[in-house]
Parts: sequence; structure tokens; C-alpha cells
Amino acid sequence: MENNIRLLLNNISVVYSDVIQVLKGVSLTVKKGQIVSLLGSNGAGKTTTLKAISGLLKPENGKVTDGSIEYDGAPVQNSSPEEITRKGIIQVLEGRQEFKYLTIEENLRVGTATRWGKPYKKDLELVYHYFPALLSRKKNMAGYCSGGELQMLVMGRGLMAQPKLLLLDEPSLGLAPILVKEIFQIIRRVNEELGTTLMLVEQNANMALQIAHYGYVMENGKIVMESDANDLRENPDVKEFYLGTAASGALKSYKDVKSYKRRKRWL
Amino acid sequence: MEFFLQLLVNGISLGFLYALSALGFVMIFKSSSVLNFAHGELLAIGAFLFLVLSSWANLPIIVAFAFTLIGSFSLGFIIERFFLRRLIGEALIEVIMLTVGLSIMFKGLLLFIFGGDIHNYRQFLPEGLSITWGSIGIPSVYVASFIIGILFLILFGFFFKYSSQGIYMRSVADNQPAALSLGVHVRRVFALSWAIAALVCAMSGIVLGIINGVNVHELSSIGLKVFPVVILGGLDSIGGAIIGGIIIGLLETFTGGYISTSLREVIPYIVLVLILMVKPYGLFGLVEIERV
Repeated sequence: MENNIRLLLNNISVVYSDVIQVLKGVSLTVKKGQIVSLLGSNGAGKTTTLKAISGLLKPENGKVTDGSIEYDGAPVQNSSPEEITRKGIIQVLEGRQEFKYLTIEENLRVGTATRWGKPYKKDLELVYHYFPALLSRKKNMAGYCSGGELQMLVMGRGLMAQPKLLLLDEPSLGLAPILVKEIFQIIRRVNEELGTTLMLVEQNANMALQIAHYGYVMENGKIVMESDANDLRENPDVKEFYLGTAASGALKSYKDVKSYKRRKRWL
Repeated sequence: MEFFLQLLVNGISLGFLYALSALGFVMIFKSSSVLNFAHGELLAIGAFLFLVLSSWANLPIIVAFAFTLIGSFSLGFIIERFFLRRLIGEALIEVIMLTVGLSIMFKGLLLFIFGGDIHNYRQFLPEGLSITWGSIGIPSVYVASFIIGILFLILFGFFFKYSSQGIYMRSVADNQPAALSLGVHVRRVFALSWAIAALVCAMSGIVLGIINGVNVHELSSIGLKVFPVVILGGLDSIGGAIIGGIIIGLLETFTGGYISTSLREVIPYIVLVLILMVKPYGLFGLVEIERV
């Protein structure tokens, strides 16, 4: 049972600049080989949770002040990003963050930084296998590529590091629906074929819950709900507040004040 | 005509020296966006280190040269480790101010140890290296600097374009948070860029020392000349630094030869302003890619 767990967040609190508390006791579990999605509205603390795991809080003057983060049974909280990435946790940042002045292939090669000097040809082939769109543009400068290509690029760059746990922050942000579908299919394939454990932060709850095995809902720096993805999809509250449809399936009207009360009840 | 050709040759040789000394500057700017005001002092330190090892300690030239390069490489590491690392994450202007401070400190130290006099290396370049072509002559020191310069430029070109470490260094310059998220060792990249920069500086410092003699004031003011060179070529372009250097070198010698020697120092800046009016990123600088 124990060794089935890839990542365990145990009641962690995160404070920025010693004063601003963003996470207030978040606990969650990610099992090996699973896709776990983390839902929630803006400012709920989803990105901060990911950054606490990947160590990227440090450069932003944030700190895990309480609780523990265990990765494969060993504590990793407040380690530097250099150490954490070398253990196999890679975060794909929100908003794409490509290297503008590097070509597509050079961008991908930066993904080998955690194992400098080791061969990477096979990984390049693998990435081009999952993202064929990148192959034809591999000599192009990333700054001139489209949003969809860039999202594929940054995900491929993450895969180049051979991650055991890949943290994806809003992969659907600003993409056309058809591209979102494609990206999510690829995420599912990566999970099934490579066995990579994935943690997915999304605003697009509908898509996220379709491919995820398990889901957590965050509000105000706390986990307010957790369940199997299927159960979450059927939950009337989640349906109403995150999937945009009321229990009956029809769009809800703002006139209905009751929903506000119900929301208050579990926040 | 002969006068013109001689000026041309002199200009290119001089320009090549500027280009070589600008390389180290571009190196640091490319990886960490820091303008290094201590550039001239790094040149001077390299030149004096070589002076101590070759003329005073009387080591064989090759050994002295190798030790100078190793010494400056380590010096770059030390500067990064003890001074700049503490400022990672602070505003860029503070880091730049630190380099101004470093420049004053190093200059003071050099003046304290060696004084303000001109020192000379002993003669060691073989006379056979100089080229005479009719009435036009290229002194051996320029030929040597040309060879060393070309060698290092090709080396750097390959390093940045193809080697993994070179690509990591460029990625840090491009988007530091993203590089960090992929596990690029950002501090190591900074240290390496300072070390390489100090090494290149030492090399050009030695060549300048052979030509003009080794003098603290002279060398540190030549360090300031990298500014028109790199701004002209584009701050982040190695190729641009070379072209920029040659243009500035040619401008200086031609102004000196045909117009007046007192205008020598001014004309390059005037041309610089004119070029920047047309190409604000310099001749070869990266144009900011913006999404709209």
C-alpha cells in the first residue's frame, strides 16, 4: 500500500514573503500511474501547490512553513528546484514560457538539463512521436510558433527530462477547443503508454475530469472536496460551480439565490 | 592608395582586438543580462597576471599564458561566487552597480600593487609571424591576435550553438523561471559565464599589453570602448560584436588618418548614434519577439 504512493502532501502551509499565507493545510495523495487533477477558481492556490512540490516557490520568496511533502517516501519540501527536478518531478509552467530565441529542438534539448551529458536522441524521437507538429518546425525559433505548438513544445520539453511525476499547469489556457481536445488526448496517451504520473491543474474542469482518475477541488487555499473523477463529475455542486451546468443539465440562472447559500455551506 | 590600404589593415587589426575584448562582455550579458562595468579591469588583471608570470617569475611563455588563462577563469568563478551570487533575485540595476563597485576596487588594487607606470613584456613573439606585402606591413602581434581571435570565435560559436551546456546557458538568458523549472543549474551557468568572460578578457588584455604596454589606466579605459562596439553590433550577438569591433576600429583609424587624430575618439560615438537611429537593437541584436 505505502509504496503505491508517488506523492503525499501532508497538511502543508505556504507563506509568501513571510506574511502572505496562501495555502492553509493542504493534504493530497497522488498514486503511481494516476492522473490527478486539481480544480478550483482563480487564486485558490492551485499553482502555489504545484510550485510547493516542484521547489519553484523559493525564487518567488515563498516557503512551506508547515506540514510535509513526501515524494517516493522521502521528504522534499523546501528543496531547491535543481534537486527536485533531478529526482524526477518536472513542472510545466502556466502560460507556456518557451525559450523564445531558441529553436524548437534547442528548447527540447534544455529538457535534458537534469541529466547533462547523457544521450537524448531517443527522447527527441519520443517527443516527436507524441507531437508530430513539432518535427516539421524543429529548426524554427520558438518565439514565432503558434500557441498550440508552444503548448506541445513545453510539454515535450518536460517529457525530455524523463519525469516520474509531471505537473501540468493549465495546459488548455488560451487554446482553441479542438486543440484542447488534442492536448488532453496526448496527456492521456503519455499517462497510459509511458506510465508517467501526472498532476493536472485546470480551469477547464470538464476536460480535466474526463481524463483524470482522481480529483481535488480547492478554494481559498484549502482542499474542499475530493473524490474519484467520475464521482466528482456527477456531484451536483461540482456540476453547478465548475462544469457550468445545473443538476438538471440546464444552465442555471443567477436569480436562483439558493445556490449561493449552498456554495457557502461547503466553502 | 598605399596609405589607404595601410589604414584599412590597421583598422581591421585594431577592430579585431576590440571585438575580442567585447566577447567577454557579450558572454555575461547573454547569460545574465548584466552589463559588466568591471570589464576593463578584468582586461587589466589578465594583462598584469601575465606580466607577473612571464616577465617577473620568468616562466616559459606558453606556461605563463596557460596559467594566466587558468587564473582568470578561476577569478571569474570567484567573482561570481562571492559577489554576484548574493544578488541573485535582486533588481538588475543593483547587480550592475555592483560591477561598477568591483571595477573601482580592482583598479585601486592594481594601482596599489603595480602603480600607474607602463610595464612592458619581454619580446617573445617570433618575427616571422609578421606579414609584409609591398609597403604594407602587419606587425606580428596583430597576426597573432587575429589567429587567436578567429580560433576562439569559432570555438564559442560551436559551444553556444551545438553543445548542451551552451544551450542551457542561452536558455537561462532567455527565460530564467522556465530554465529553473527544467532543472537547469542557473547558478552554475552564471559562474561559468563569468569565468569564460574573465578568460577572454585576459586574452585580449595580454594582446593589448603587448601593443601598448601594460598600464592600468590605459587598459581600463579600453574596457569602456566595448560599449560602442557591443551596442553597435547588438548587445547579445557574438557575430555582432566582431562586426561592431571592426567597424569601430576602421572608423578610428580612418578618422585619425584622413581627418584629425583628435576626432578619433569621438567619431565612433557619432556613427553609433546614427546607426542606432536606424536600427535600435544594433546591427545584429535580437529583435524583441512580442505576441500581440
